[in-house]
Amino acid sequence: MNAVVELKDVHKSFGSNAVLKGVSFSIPKGQVTAIIGRSGSGKSTALRCINRLEVIDSGTIHVCGHAVHSPDIDLRPLRMDVGIVFQSYNLFPHLTVEENVTLAPVAVKKKSAAQAREIAERTLRQVGLADKARAYPEQLSGGQQQRVAIARSLAMEPQVMLFDEVTSALDPQLTGEVLRVIEALAEGGMTMVLVTHEMEFAARVADTIIFMHQGKVWETGPGTMLRDPQTPELREFLAHGL
Amino acid sequence: MISGGLNLHHVYFLLIGAGWTICLSLIAFVGGGIGGGIVALCRISPLRAVRWLAIGYIQLIQGTPLLVVLFLCYFGLSIMGLSLPGLVAAGLAMVVYVSAYLGEIWRGCIESVARTQWEAAECLALSRTQRMRLVILPQAVRIATPPTVGFMVQIVKNTSLASIVGFVELVRAGQLINNSIFQPFLVYVLIAVIYFAMCYPLSVWSRKLEARMQFGARPVIEV
Repeated sequence: MNAVVELKDVHKSFGSNAVLKGVSFSIPKGQVTAIIGRSGSGKSTALRCINRLEVIDSGTIHVCGHAVHSPDIDLRPLRMDVGIVFQSYNLFPHLTVEENVTLAPVAVKKKSAAQAREIAERTLRQVGLADKARAYPEQLSGGQQQRVAIARSLAMEPQVMLFDEVTSALDPQLTGEVLRVIEALAEGGMTMVLVTHEMEFAARVADTIIFMHQGKVWETGPGTMLRDPQTPELREFLAHGL
Repeated sequence: MISGGLNLHHVYFLLIGAGWTICLSLIAFVGGGIGGGIVALCRISPLRAVRWLAIGYIQLIQGTPLLVVLFLCYFGLSIMGLSLPGLVAAGLAMVVYVSAYLGEIWRGCIESVARTQWEAAECLALSRTQRMRLVILPQAVRIATPPTVGFMVQIVKNTSLASIVGFVELVRAGQLINNSIFQPFLVYVLIAVIYFAMCYPLSVWSRKLEARMQFGARPVIEV
């Protein structure tokens, strides 16, 4: 089995509100998968379940050999294999860009100061921010902060990266610079799952698109699926946007 | 003290008292700071029993006048065979009292660090202790500094209660002087001025810290 991430019949409710109603999909190694759908369709929740930020009610989730659904899972090895980038960046405001990036490699992977500096240099260059190592997050634009967040995640050398609407808080110009970084990662063969509202980007970069609707996987296909929707729901979603 | 007007000896005696007020404040602050840190961490512990213990302690102390805590430490413990000198009893009472309040203040500061910061740290595989030490506490300390310094002013003033168990701090010193020269207005005004001189710098410091708290105040680094 080549799947890095595999969800089977996943159910998740918040109180009486059923958000995921039997979601199944699998994500092969080295591929980019985009999850699209309306607000409230469960797409962000599905993503957050993958690294157990949300605990599911039933079903199974396997990620890089970790049984994520298991109540006695050891979370730290899972989190070392799965990187996540959030909509609101969530950088650590009291640390410089370099410190943000090197915090986990030093604390968790026990990298030396020299190794850490190397990691920071490499990952910041990857996101085009090598010159901002000593700045604080508040001194950067939203797009730059998001790229630092990507570098911070890359620094842990994850097997798979999750992107949770990472451009939703950015204006179009800044969105472009973040998407270019993600695209470069895709070309580098990183396994990625993106929850996104950027349809054009999804169509161009994603190997697979998952359209979620009312807590279910409604339609799945390659990027071209967006030009030829099979279900009326996807057609309507694409016509009316978000 | 010989009767007559206020003289330099009296002022000297008051200043000695003020010295003990500062001493008691420092004990309260250092001891209460350590205690408060422990209470705050217990208050947010993942273990329910520990959390409830901390909540119970905070509620108990916040619902009890400091004066009563003081009496318990001084008279109560002496009945139980543990006779403490005034400074120790007063210090103990202050530490007990300050621990509860600082614990609650700091708990609030720790919890006011955005939930998403915990989440981001968790997703980087940091352990709970690492998350606390490397991500949450440094931010919480910044948030906590102004209210903590503000609370120090309360501590300095509240040490005056120790006069009741006979500990000769500033107020007790004033009472003794007044007993001999009987000029209450003059003596207590003097005491008020000395308290003000001790507390005002703290208030100013607290306000300055609050101003510095505003984000964006850090100079932009050109790299």
